[in-house]
Amino acid sequence: MSVPRFWRKQIARYNLVGTHCKKCDEYFYPPRNMCPACRREGEIEDFKFSGKGEVVTYTVIHTAAEGFENQTPYVLAIIKLEEGPSLTSQIICEPEEVSIGMKVKPVFRKLGQGGERGMIYYGTKFVPDK
Amino acid sequence: MRDVAIIGVKNTKFGELWDRSFRDVVVEAGVGAVSDAGVVGEKIDSMFVGNMSGGQFVEQEHIGALIADYSGLAKDIHVPSTRVEAACASGGLALRQGIYAVASGMDDIVIAAGAEKMTDVPSPKASSALAAAADREWEGIMGATFPGLYSMVAKLHMHKYGTTSEQLAEVAVKNHHNGQHNPIAQYKSPITVESVLNSIMVADPLHIFDCSPITDGASAVVLAPADVAHEYTDTPIYVKATAQASDTIALHDRRDITTLDASVAAGKRAYEMAKMQPKNIDLVEVHDCFTIAEICAIEDLGFAKKGEGGIVTQNGETAIGGRIPVNTSGGLKSCGHPVGATGVKQAVEIVEQLRGEAGKRQVDGAEVGMTHNVGGSGATAVVHIFSRNR
Repeated sequence: MSVPRFWRKQIARYNLVGTHCKKCDEYFYPPRNMCPACRREGEIEDFKFSGKGEVVTYTVIHTAAEGFENQTPYVLAIIKLEEGPSLTSQIICEPEEVSIGMKVKPVFRKLGQGGERGMIYYGTKFVPDK
Repeated sequence: MRDVAIIGVKNTKFGELWDRSFRDVVVEAGVGAVSDAGVVGEKIDSMFVGNMSGGQFVEQEHIGALIADYSGLAKDIHVPSTRVEAACASGGLALRQGIYAVASGMDDIVIAAGAEKMTDVPSPKASSALAAAADREWEGIMGATFPGLYSMVAKLHMHKYGTTSEQLAEVAVKNHHNGQHNPIAQYKSPITVESVLNSIMVADPLHIFDCSPITDGASAVVLAPADVAHEYTDTPIYVKATAQASDTIALHDRRDITTLDASVAAGKRAYEMAKMQPKNIDLVEVHDCFTIAEICAIEDLGFAKKGEGGIVTQNGETAIGGRIPVNTSGGLKSCGHPVGATGVKQAVEIVEQLRGEAGKRQVDGAEVGMTHNVGGSGATAVVHIFSRNR
């Protein structure tokens, strides 16, 4: 991913900042600038999520995405945040540890790197919340 | 709106076609379909071509013009040619655009084609290109792969409904069984449940044999107004419904991870348009990019109750000779999945079945068939219903 494309959403990725529609009280992460329910009538503001959530579903990836080859096997999950929205992220734990419904909390981690001399991407992954 | 019929069809061989280029396969499919229909180039009013990612697979954009050019339809007669893209549903959508053109009365003879040349890049590059059908910024960047996304669907389907790895494997076994009788299929060897379960794990719980392959190939159909279809063929196949639906691009934003709401919506619209129900459908080609995808598809289209897709498959109800034969072509799994071509290939299979030309794959007495083509993890669904009877 190019530097500006990543940088644009840096705050959202680093700090789990999404959005909230004041009109219908829905929360969005990843952030949306238009509320899908209220559309033009919506009133969007930034909102920092607690990051506490639970595992909706997960997989253990053995054949990695490009750039993730040295991380296998890694746990990828859909996590439902306590405020409502769901996101896709990795859970840092042993593959045997993860289960549907497991509580998780956020951690700041390296996501990847744009080649050997490229920018390092950081963002939010999750760990079991025991 | 005018009724529309398919008057000619052609699939190229599907597989790793090292000696064939992108333009070679498209021209073969197009010329084959036109010959099958018995029309001449001057009669063709327009072309629609489904192609997911010429840019990433062969570094070629401007696919519409390229195809018109190499089909001999650009110089002198200047036939309009349009590329259509909706990831793995590009072919189904190209067909739908062609149907629009004829139904509207703007065009009479229209070619709807689909093509993908995927093996000119190494497999990791191809996988990365395919991952662009998901949300690159919020799924891909976290390490999501396409098998990974469908694995999360499978994991939850198993958790909620008790679907088993053996039931998933049965989908692949059935589709390979069907594919061995399809001359164009990429894989013609039958497989067993054990061989699926013993194949390497790609993303738990999906093994490599749960996944459709990387494939080169092209397919084309010729469309005409139903009123004149008999001038070209004794067995026109009529389009009874064309339907399309959208859903969220990312899997995590779906209402229910185990249901493709776009498939449900497109299916519902198609049934309404055709004034039919699932019980009226004699066979269906569904989008089995992964085994779990076929299980979801037969549930979402009303051929099995939600959660029972695995059991229905295990019971043989979706085999040829069963209650509702699914993927007689071998599906994406065994026939192959050149992404842009798949939606059109599904229609070619249904036409061959309804004409009674499917050989050892033939579903006896087939009158009505359905196709179901999905883009990404379910953000686009395209459903068509075809019939021998107008």
